[in-house]
Amino acid sequence: METEFTPLASTIGGVLIGTASVLLMLTLGRIMGATGILAGFFSPASREDFYWRAAILAGMVTGPLVYFALMGQMPAVEVPVSKPMLLVGGFIVGIGVTFGSGCTSGHGVCGMARLSPRSISAVATFMVFTGLTVFVLRHVIGG
Amino acid sequence: MRIFVAYLIGIVFGLGISISGMANPAKVINFFDVAGTWDPSLIFVMGGAVVVTFLGYRFVLKRPMPLFDRQFLLPGSNVIDLKLLGGSAVFGIGWGIAGFCPGGALPALGTGRIEVVLFTIALVAGIFAARALMHFRRPTAPTQA
Repeated sequence: METEFTPLASTIGGVLIGTASVLLMLTLGRIMGATGILAGFFSPASREDFYWRAAILAGMVTGPLVYFALMGQMPAVEVPVSKPMLLVGGFIVGIGVTFGSGCTSGHGVCGMARLSPRSISAVATFMVFTGLTVFVLRHVIGG
Repeated sequence: MRIFVAYLIGIVFGLGISISGMANPAKVINFFDVAGTWDPSLIFVMGGAVVVTFLGYRFVLKRPMPLFDRQFLLPGSNVIDLKLLGGSAVFGIGWGIAGFCPGGALPALGTGRIEVVLFTIALVAGIFAARALMHFRRPTAPTQA
C-alpha cells in the first residue's frame, strides 16, 4: 500500500510532539514516554501520580478529535495488518518496551534529545529490528 | 492545575501524532520498507520532535525544579545491557509486525477504530506479562523510561 510523502505535516507533527515533551518536563518534570506513562497508569506510585497519568492519556485520546475539529476529518489510520497479527504485534511490543524501558517517544524523542547513550543504543537497535521485520514480512515471506 | 496541564500536554502530543502520520500503521511500515513502497516522512517527525526537545530541555533543565513538582525525574541508569538491547530488539519486531508503537497507538484510540483497541489491549497484556516475567526472574521493581 503506497502512502503519500508528507514532509511538511510530519515536521509540524514532530514539532508538536517535541513541544509536548518540553512542556511535560517544564511543568511536571517528567519524560514524555508513552510506555512509562501507560505502565505507571496501571501501577501508580500514589493517587496524585495516577491523576496526571490519567489526564495526559485522556488528552492524547482527545488529540484526534482536535484534529477532526481543525481538518474536518479524522487522521488516517490505514492498517495493512490482520487482526490476529495486530494482537501478536501488540503483545510483543508490550514485552519489548517493558524490558527495553521505553519506546519511540521515551527513548526516540526524549532520550535522544538528552543525548543519552542508553537511549541512542535502544533506538538504533529497535530501528534495525523493525526494518528487518518489515523486510522479512513483506519481501521474504510476503514476496 | 497539574491535571489540567497534563490534559493539555496530552492534547498537544495527540494532535502532533495525528498530524505527523505516526498514528497510521501503513505510513509507519512504509517508512521501514526501503526495498518497497518507501515513505521517508517519519524522518521529519523524529527530526522535528528531537530538535525541539533538545533545544527546549536545554532551557528547562537549567531551572532548579519544574513548575508544578519538586524535582525533575530523569532516568538515572547509564547501563547498556542485554535487557535494554534485547527488549528494544523485541519491541522492533513487534513494531514491524503491527505498525503501531505505544506513542502512536494511544492517541489513535481517539479515532475509535477497533484495530487500535485490539493492539492496545495486547500491548497492555504484553506489559503485564513482561512484568510477571521480571518478578519471576528477579523480585525488584521494574524501571521505566
